[in-house]
Amino acid sequence: MRANSSIWRWWPSAILTFGLAVAPAAASERPLDPEKLGHLVRQDCGGCHGLTLKGGLGKPLTAEHLEQWSRDQLAFIILNGVPGTPMPGWRALMSEDEARWIADVLKRGTLR
Amino acid sequence: MTRWFSALLVCVAMVASASAAEVRGTGAIGVVIERASGSVLLVDTVARASIGRVEQLGDLSHASVVFSPDQRHAFVFGRDGGLSKIDLLAGALVQRIVQGGNAIGGAISDDGALIAVSNYEPGGVRVFDARTLSQVADIPALGPDGRASKTVGLVDLPGRRFMYALYDAGEIWMADFSGKGAPRVEKLPGIGKLPYDGNVTPDGRHYLAGLFGEDGVVHVDLWQEPLRARRILDNYGRGEERLPVYKMPHLEGWGSAGDVMLLPAIGRHELIAVDKQDFREVARIPTYGQPVFAVVRPGGRHVWINFAHPLNDTVDVIDTMTMKVVHRFKPGPAVLHMEFTARGHEVWVSVRDANRVQIYDAATFAKKAEIEAKAPSGIFFTARATRIGQ
Repeated sequence: MRANSSIWRWWPSAILTFGLAVAPAAASERPLDPEKLGHLVRQDCGGCHGLTLKGGLGKPLTAEHLEQWSRDQLAFIILNGVPGTPMPGWRALMSEDEARWIADVLKRGTLR
Repeated sequence: MTRWFSALLVCVAMVASASAAEVRGTGAIGVVIERASGSVLLVDTVARASIGRVEQLGDLSHASVVFSPDQRHAFVFGRDGGLSKIDLLAGALVQRIVQGGNAIGGAISDDGALIAVSNYEPGGVRVFDARTLSQVADIPALGPDGRASKTVGLVDLPGRRFMYALYDAGEIWMADFSGKGAPRVEKLPGIGKLPYDGNVTPDGRHYLAGLFGEDGVVHVDLWQEPLRARRILDNYGRGEERLPVYKMPHLEGWGSAGDVMLLPAIGRHELIAVDKQDFREVARIPTYGQPVFAVVRPGGRHVWINFAHPLNDTVDVIDTMTMKVVHRFKPGPAVLHMEFTARGHEVWVSVRDANRVQIYDAATFAKKAEIEAKAPSGIFFTARATRIGQ
């Protein structure tokens, strides 16, 4: 992980610096569907991060591994991706609320 | 007396065969991965029906399968490092080992004696005896900086050899098991940034690795000595910003159709047609979404393509004479994989979120049947046993 690890060193601080572009969600956003989002995380994020979230081409998404990032940092990564790695930004496909919901369940390890 | 004795023998033989399991071959058997439940469905491709299920195979996200030369056994590679050997006739698990922490597929040597598994954790390739699943070799994928790299794009090559790419280190390695003792490992360094997958052409001559970290594909002509990695399709994105890639393309099944090969362009809604002689781009084919698999119908008449999330409910069929999409349809939510029958008269399509495998006539595109399966992903038919690079 030569190339990637350097990115992972600066990326979280970048997030802190740009702080938090994950602003409170607009009121107009559609209601959150936990079942659909959970399915997306398990199945589609699972393509790279593993169905059990223990990692693959992508990092593990276990609560233990994610401890070092705050919920909002994780939401930022979900929405914007990680440059130089295959992690895409999901902003076009989900709201900030939804990204925060995902960050939350991952951090708590409560994804069903 | 002798006649009576022979008659009795015949009777005994008949009773014995009737009581034994139905005698059958395995040429029409296939394996469908049920990724979420850690099971595989065994299917009969002639009857278009499921004939059994084998369970407790661990984490089967991104699982793949190879077959023994006699097509009796299937080897299933799981994400959790599990390597499971299944008896297709008995419909049962023969043996299962967990050979690594996090794996990404495998291959079987041309003589059927060796099973190689590609690992993310610990990065490298481990090789096992196909009979006993005991370890034959462990080849850590250490890059120039001494760090272990994830390995991808592992395929078999003629002559008890395997080839694969080092994702983090940006190298291609060949492990040669044709001699006695430890394998000879040949390394091609500095091939480019983040090779994400690789495959070999059906004749075993050309290995191609796709790069994620830059616009390009790496080509190794295996008939040339010494081996050399050469860049093709350099800067195919023409500097344009790529779309977000929500699912990595797979090079398995990318194929040869006539004089060209069709390859995925990362982050673009198109395929690149490459001339098989000089590996130059000859055409671009616009597609519905970002291609994941492009599977050539045996014979090469059409190529069927599925797409990355969120456009993964659709399949495009390309006519390889005109290089145009001639059929576009929606099998259902989350089309993950397609597999043709050996001579290409039908194609099986897994539709994960519909919990179904759908079977289509490859010539008329009409749906002929469907089979229930739990979140199906990869579909693998035993005819793969006869092909290089499967």
